[in-house]
Amino acid sequence: MTYDAIVIGSGISGGWAAKELTEKGLKVLLLERGRNIQHVTDYTTASKKVWEFPHRGQLTRAMKANHPVQQRDYPYSEFNPEFWVDDLECPYTEVKRFDWYRGFHVGGKSLMWARQSYRWSDFDFEANAKDGYGVDWPIRYADLAPWYDHVESFAGISGSLEGMPQLPDGQFLPPMEMNCVEKDVAARIKKHYEDRRRMIIGRSANLTQPHNGRGNCQFRNLCSRGCPFGAYFSTQSSTMPAAVKTGNLTLRPFSLVNQILYDKNKKRARGVLVIDAETLETQEYEAKVIFVCASTLASTFLLLNSIEEGGLPDGLGNSSGQLGHNLMDHHFRCGAWGKAEGYEDQYFYGRRPNGVYIPRFRNLFGDTREYLRGFGYQGAAGREGWSREIGEMQIGGAFKDALSEPGHWTMGLGGFGEMLPYSENRVYIDKLKKDKWGQHVLAIDCELKDNEHKMREDMKNDAAEMLEAAGIKDVQTYDSGSFPGMAIHEMGTARMGHDPKTSVLNGWNQMHDVPNVFVTDGSCMASSACQNPSLTYMAITARAANFAVDELKKGNL
Amino acid sequence: MKRREAIQRLSTVLGGTLLGADSLLARQIDWESIETLPESARIGLFGKRQIRLLNEIADTILPETDTPGAKAAKVGQFMAVIVSDCWEKDDQELFLAGLVALEERCKKTFGKPFLRCTPQQRHALLVELDEEQKEYYRNIKDGDPPHYFRQMKDLTLWGYFTSEIGATQALRFVDIPGRYEGCIPYEKGDRAWGG
Repeated sequence: MTYDAIVIGSGISGGWAAKELTEKGLKVLLLERGRNIQHVTDYTTASKKVWEFPHRGQLTRAMKANHPVQQRDYPYSEFNPEFWVDDLECPYTEVKRFDWYRGFHVGGKSLMWARQSYRWSDFDFEANAKDGYGVDWPIRYADLAPWYDHVESFAGISGSLEGMPQLPDGQFLPPMEMNCVEKDVAARIKKHYEDRRRMIIGRSANLTQPHNGRGNCQFRNLCSRGCPFGAYFSTQSSTMPAAVKTGNLTLRPFSLVNQILYDKNKKRARGVLVIDAETLETQEYEAKVIFVCASTLASTFLLLNSIEEGGLPDGLGNSSGQLGHNLMDHHFRCGAWGKAEGYEDQYFYGRRPNGVYIPRFRNLFGDTREYLRGFGYQGAAGREGWSREIGEMQIGGAFKDALSEPGHWTMGLGGFGEMLPYSENRVYIDKLKKDKWGQHVLAIDCELKDNEHKMREDMKNDAAEMLEAAGIKDVQTYDSGSFPGMAIHEMGTARMGHDPKTSVLNGWNQMHDVPNVFVTDGSCMASSACQNPSLTYMAITARAANFAVDELKKGNL
Repeated sequence: MKRREAIQRLSTVLGGTLLGADSLLARQIDWESIETLPESARIGLFGKRQIRLLNEIADTILPETDTPGAKAAKVGQFMAVIVSDCWEKDDQELFLAGLVALEERCKKTFGKPFLRCTPQQRHALLVELDEEQKEYYRNIKDGDPPHYFRQMKDLTLWGYFTSEIGATQALRFVDIPGRYEGCIPYEKGDRAWGG
């Protein structure tokens, strides 16, 4: 069967590719390896109260046994277990520990993401060129700015206008409110650092007012189970309905793309080989243009695995040898927290699915450190709940009544640090193992290095210093350890660049070697910055899709 | 951050290695109606008498005040489900041995089992055990096992305040807040948000 375009993967990037391509009139086949999840009706736990879960969210031994990787951190829980992969079906090889969090279903991680949405700036796009790590980005902020506008206007991002050059403003819905402690801490940080550092409300893909027919946030803070109000951006709430509306979309769940088929005479991809994830039957689909949006590591595996036809022993589009290299994630799980005194007569209403954000300040505006790049902070203030220690109280009625009231205010900040692109942080195909579908698996060899470890010292100490400057008491630093993969911001293994000899994709996310194949998920990233990356994937995907349509019309593909 | 802290705190109790297949299936039992089940009824590793005992321990830690206590919130059943389905063998054994130790201590102190003690006697015993566990954690070293009464106390708090009774009566629960207000007045005695 032949289509104008095939989009591989239905998460944040694939959903955007499908929307843009169908709206420009292309007949699109959207392939998803997992099951379909219908908006609202398939969010089976979305309206359950905590007491309706037999284990109140805790994993059972059986769940852990089938999910040895997913259970390593908090996202996989009894609250949304169906959104996470069965690790035993899809093994991979950890040369060094790498936590790979995945969901095989329509919508991908757009259903479970943390919704923080930040633009990158030219400090980020120029970073590689300036310090020599990685290759220069072939684009700059000006190339992406109109596409940030485009995706923000559609997706609905709430946030405040700040005029900070390292974190450009966007097309925002009204910001969420800070609570009293956050407001005071923000004001004191601003004053203490003479506005060289600023704490702002998080920019979040949650609607603070109705938007494009979707309902506004109800402040339940249960987003990761799927939202019955469609109040956060997901494929289901946003891009999928737009693509369906065109009449140009064919969605095919349970369609695992095993290879991209290459025509060596035309030097073009001609289509894809699909394994039916339920029956294991294979089928070919053809198209003029192919968008690879299967998530960073899945897309990279697919390209590395596309060797059967056309004599491409190193994988599709890999004449540079860079495919699989330069894997990055963010490193996090360190910072500081303490108590806020004097707010005992203040509280808040509603469960805000968002926190505060401190944009990067290190190695900017004349500041220089003994490491490269920088980090930002996410954080929040709140009042302690029933799980707090009341060490001096005896058990009994008074203890119960005391725990029924809120405790101290606390305020915490956790850093998110940039990771440099290192060639030796890489993935490759391990031919000694196979997955449930008969495919070889990925081996991942990735670690944090000296630059990241040095940065973490600042991530702890700067957080403590800012909290103390803001009047927070009993400040303590923490470092819970961060392994690559844990931030679920893995990226970089099919990087963009000017030079076909040192990069996989050009400035339009087009494979240097195979011009009708576009890769627009996190694998395209030439550096990691320290901002959450999903908004940039959206913008980069929309830009590439519109370029591809133009090129098709011109007959260049 | 809150939930994460709670989970991190719990994970100090819930650590360990994998047991393998989950054969206990406590979650398939209708533990809501334990009192109406025959004496031979079980929830996972726990018989009906042990579950009654757990309920009374929980109710001594968090008794009825102007809101219902832990027994009314079926915290005993909850503990049986969590220990049976979620915990590793080492922690399960510690917990079960702890129940036996608690009973022996009770008989030694008051000459009768916990279930036949007065509320005052139960309270006195558990206050003593609570002081012991606090002292134990003041001196705990890496690799030391948890204290059984800390296990019971943590499960009781978690089970109670996330139960319907705990979340909606001891705490204030708003299913769909509809809006967020960052600063509202708080008066001593106002309940914390639940859920």
